[in-house]
Amino acid sequence: MIALTRDARAGYAFVERNFNLTKRYFGWEVAFLVYAVAGALSVSLIGQSVGSRTLLMSLVIGAVFWNYLSVVFQSIGDTITWERWEGTLEYTMMAPVRRSVQLLGSALYAVIYGLIHTAILLAILALFFSLDLGRANFAAAALFMGVGSASFIGVGMLAAILPMMSVERGSQMVFVLQSCLLLVSGVYYPTTILPGWMQLVSRVSPATYVLDAVRKALIDGASASQLLPDLWPLLVMAFVFIPVGLWGFGQAERYAKRTGKLKRVG
Amino acid sequence: MSIAVSVPIQSPAPSRPAIRPIPGPAALLVDHATKRFRVDRRKPPVVAVDDVSVLIGRGDIYGLLGANGSGKSTFIRLVSGLLTLDEGRVEVFGHDLVREEMAVKRLINRVSVDAAFFKKLSPAENLSFAARLYGLDGREARLKAAGIMARLGIGEKRMARPVEQMSRGMQQKVAIARAILTSPTLLLLDEPTTGLDPRSKLDVQSFIEELQADHDATILLTTHDLAEADRLCGRIGILAGGRLAVEETPEGLKRLVALEYGLPPTLESAFMKYTGRSLDDDVEEGEADPAD
Repeated sequence: MIALTRDARAGYAFVERNFNLTKRYFGWEVAFLVYAVAGALSVSLIGQSVGSRTLLMSLVIGAVFWNYLSVVFQSIGDTITWERWEGTLEYTMMAPVRRSVQLLGSALYAVIYGLIHTAILLAILALFFSLDLGRANFAAAALFMGVGSASFIGVGMLAAILPMMSVERGSQMVFVLQSCLLLVSGVYYPTTILPGWMQLVSRVSPATYVLDAVRKALIDGASASQLLPDLWPLLVMAFVFIPVGLWGFGQAERYAKRTGKLKRVG
Repeated sequence: MSIAVSVPIQSPAPSRPAIRPIPGPAALLVDHATKRFRVDRRKPPVVAVDDVSVLIGRGDIYGLLGANGSGKSTFIRLVSGLLTLDEGRVEVFGHDLVREEMAVKRLINRVSVDAAFFKKLSPAENLSFAARLYGLDGREARLKAAGIMARLGIGEKRMARPVEQMSRGMQQKVAIARAILTSPTLLLLDEPTTGLDPRSKLDVQSFIEELQADHDATILLTTHDLAEADRLCGRIGILAGGRLAVEETPEGLKRLVALEYGLPPTLESAFMKYTGRSLDDDVEEGEADPAD
């Protein structure tokens, strides 16, 4: 019980700290939101210009839900980068906190933050395009966002390893990984138009299944049972990626402690 | 566990007295610690800490002196668990650092030369984060932090403003408060007063004495300030090239250099003798590379 209370407090420490950072960098938060809205509107207007309601909806959903997944991914991936930047990484690593608690605490805030960010974005786009969501199955969409979040948390944990191994190159690699996920996951187009080898890669991206399922749920009103082909790969990925992410993070920490890479740089 | 350890030390000092037996587990036992770094694959690894053994009793203040690059900060990081040992072992109050990592982590905290914080956050927010990591609840942490900060001369008004708006001295005091907040029984102070003005330096030194006297804290202190080491430390070890060159009480060190080498009986003489360099050389390098 004492250990659980201690873990809960430590986990909450990351939620509270990240909330405080969001508050203190509020100007940047507004700037990022404006950028996200402008980007989503620009892409969605292509659908408007073609005059296809289905294409418009598909692009809006792609833009909005990619925004969510990338916010979650980036927030977890940046767990180490931020601490390196501020020089606090050694203090956090010295604290009696299990890495699973540290990463899941960061992930919890990332999900809350991502949901708020995405809700604002979706509301703006729905108003701008007067979207008709009468047929939408919101429950099914929410289910896939939840399961998809778990998979993405695992991928984010794996990404968080990179800045631990190398300060600058690690952050660059996180950015490259995020870009590759954008390319292969069918955010703005069906994955079937990709070259064969890219289609294979797209199958290991959780975003592929989340976006496909959310589109079917919100545009066609598909139920969760109709979306099972998208659900089980996400569940498998969540069960695989989170433990693998935690294990990989532990290995990276041991490597950093052996080679002295936890030390502040820059 | 009760130990009476005679720690082998590679000291060239001929008249170093034997380490006194300590009742109960030592606050810190470092036994033949060695750490190497491979900077270039084509070259042999650099030995940052070379077969160093140190024993610190509960409630002692142990000073570790040495030139920049002598291995002081690496030694502190090894004890903190931020680096893994290549050889040797570390025990904190009888807990092995490798086998009982969490137990050791709950007993120690560290202040380093660079007061690292989330600079946009306030001291209150930074301290709250640190306290929760160590399992304190929010209310308990706020009360305790306010008390420590008041003792260090930082008023409540300052607690809500971003750390980046504070002077270097103030930031270092917040760093000390962050470490004390978690009630460490072993406190690792890595050049805590470097760069502070004389008043702040005195404040911090008084606080260190108070911690030892009133809170039963054991302190491992690295410093370039020999007067500070003289004032605070019960024993001093001097590192040179990663090896512990000598270990003595401040008075013992002064006596040693006077009797054995005919030098003035000062810590500066001892520093120069055992590190093979002048203090000015060290300070100049320190300005260029404060991280050691």
